[in-house]
Amino acid sequence: MSDQHRRFLRLRQLPHVWCPGCGNGSIVKALLTAIGDLGLDQDRVAVISGIGCAGRAPFILDFNTMHTTHGRALAFATGMKLVNPDLKVIVIMGDGDASAIGGNHFIHSCRRNLDLTALVFNNGIYGLTGGQLAPTTPAGKRSTTSMSGNIEHAFDLVRLALGAGAGFVARTTSYDNKQMVTFFKRAISHKGFAFVDVMTACPTYFGRMNDLGEPYELLHYLRDTTSPSEDIAREHDESPPADLMPTGIFRDEERRDYGTLYSQRALATSGKGRS
Amino acid sequence: MKRQRLIQGNEACAHGALYAGCSFYAGYPITPSSEIMEILAQEMPAQGRVFIQMEDEIASISAIIGGAWGGAKVLTATSGPGFSLMQEGIGYASITETPCVIINCQRWGPSTGQPTKAAQGDVMQAIWGTHGDHAVIVLTASNVRDAFEMTVRAFNLAEEYRVPVILLIDEVLAHMRENIAWPEPGELPVVNRRAPESTAGFKPFADEGFLPFGAGSRYHVTGMAHGPEGFVAHGEAAARELRRMIGKIQDRVKELAVFEAAMLDDAEVAIVSYGITSRPARAAADQLRAEGVRAGCLDIKTLWPFPEHLIADIAGRVDRIVMPELNLGQLVREVERAAGGRCEVRALGRIDGSLMTPQQICDAARSGKLQAVGQENSK
Ligand SMILES: Cc1ncc(C[n+]2csc(CCOP(=O)(O)OP(=O)(O)O)c2C)c(N)n1
Ligand code: SF4
Repeated sequence: MSDQHRRFLRLRQLPHVWCPGCGNGSIVKALLTAIGDLGLDQDRVAVISGIGCAGRAPFILDFNTMHTTHGRALAFATGMKLVNPDLKVIVIMGDGDASAIGGNHFIHSCRRNLDLTALVFNNGIYGLTGGQLAPTTPAGKRSTTSMSGNIEHAFDLVRLALGAGAGFVARTTSYDNKQMVTFFKRAISHKGFAFVDVMTACPTYFGRMNDLGEPYELLHYLRDTTSPSEDIAREHDESPPADLMPTGIFRDEERRDYGTLYSQRALATSGKGRS
Repeated sequence: MKRQRLIQGNEACAHGALYAGCSFYAGYPITPSSEIMEILAQEMPAQGRVFIQMEDEIASISAIIGGAWGGAKVLTATSGPGFSLMQEGIGYASITETPCVIINCQRWGPSTGQPTKAAQGDVMQAIWGTHGDHAVIVLTASNVRDAFEMTVRAFNLAEEYRVPVILLIDEVLAHMRENIAWPEPGELPVVNRRAPESTAGFKPFADEGFLPFGAGSRYHVTGMAHGPEGFVAHGEAAARELRRMIGKIQDRVKELAVFEAAMLDDAEVAIVSYGITSRPARAAADQLRAEGVRAGCLDIKTLWPFPEHLIADIAGRVDRIVMPELNLGQLVREVERAAGGRCEVRALGRIDGSLMTPQQICDAARSGKLQAVGQENSK
């Protein structure tokens, strides 16, 4: 752990709760690198999370932090950002958190385009509750509630975010520190709603239940099931394999964010209230 | 002369919120509360305050809690189905000691029920709706001026005690128009959040006041059981904190009790009521007096913490308490408990979507041994 990371950690709250080999630590490290590189004012960063293993990240992060309820982190963040627009608000969610119970808030946040950065630690399973099926569990994969293989179709969160209108949409993996840092910096700097889907490894449940081996072998699994979108396009122009998840930046478009539009509207009507 | 205005209960709530300094509203439309958000949607941007329509009521309560920690005075308004969805958020607000106000314009339930019919069926839910022992304050109002004042009071209590405050009105009060003396600035007290003495090392749950995110200290907020610094607590430490949170409300029952008592000094029968039902209750008491029955009434405006002392006092002096409610008997259980068998407590429930009539209340008060001489039981 370098000093750059140490200054953003609540050392008294360590050790963290994550299992050995869990990908969450790598993601948090990349996030702290990104925040350090961007030179953000530590006092003016808010990290807001939902409930789950991913949701435990804020406990150890030395910013203004809020651990909310399952699925609702984006709604809490919406209130926080609207009343305190100078804060940099970063939202951390699990995949079930963001797309099952919190799916409604997720799509509406994409659509509304408030200036928030949303990171999903996507391990394709429910970690905290002991390995149940998630909306992101790939077809055929086992979980404690799909012991003979998942018969549902998985959500592709990138396509969901694109369809719902997010201005910045990217996917990376906890395997690729450099790419995570780059994407996190771009997402945080993006004015408007920015979403990064971070594919990650849960060795304790996803790995074990699907016979994927040791944590390092799970990293290989992540490497082998994802591919830069350009490569997929080049190599499989007809029909890319369904289980190959493209990585990269899928959209980066500046559009006027909700906060700016709201203040313009407020200015235009100021003093026109009825009392 | 004081400014008079003919307004609806919902308008009174909206303007009461503005008067109290509400700077952030998040909500989702639902009958019979929607006028509150429609008015605020118009007024708040023009006054440099923030309004947002969220995707549902879960998002609404979550957004106002986020807004409160961002430094705003916050409100959401809803009705039964939306109030049900807010329960988890209310629990979060309670355990995180978040100042926030929730107005519930009660309608007939359960479920979609009868959206345009009045009811008082959410009393239990307002008090006990979220899981776990917890602290909340529940207020109500019985007329339009009251709706204004109780909204202001709800904000004041939320800020002073750092607790979610629920204001229960109902469909009839929400849509009823009355001419009210418009409160002038400064006429009603407005309480603001207490700032900590120093920002350095601010502990969010140590009774040091309130410092919003980004104001010079970094701290943690969680819905998990936590200690003064916001980090996880277990066992006796968790129990101590929860007792403190509940105690800060429950130990101040007398200070928090808002009520109006009339003609109780020599009463043999007391009509105890709240909200819209206090109107026919008062009319009934006057009618009974005219008939020679010594009736009085108590309009309870603080439903929780329940003002037991008021009931205990009355129960020792009257023969009977009659308690009309637009439900099948929710607050009457608290009244029975507080009366402790010292007088008869008669529950009078109505659930057909109409208001209680003074006649029904008179009948309940008169029947049995209290019947005034020469009077037939009209039932
Ligand atoms: C309203 C509610 N329902 C269910 C739960 C139980 N629960 C906690 S975390 C979780 C899912 C965790 O999975 P995910 O969101 O993917 O995050 P991970 O733990 O994998 O990081 C569930 C179902 C809860 N805390 N609250
Ligand atoms: S259960 Fe899985 S996601 Fe949760 S900490 Fe352990 S390895 Fe990580």
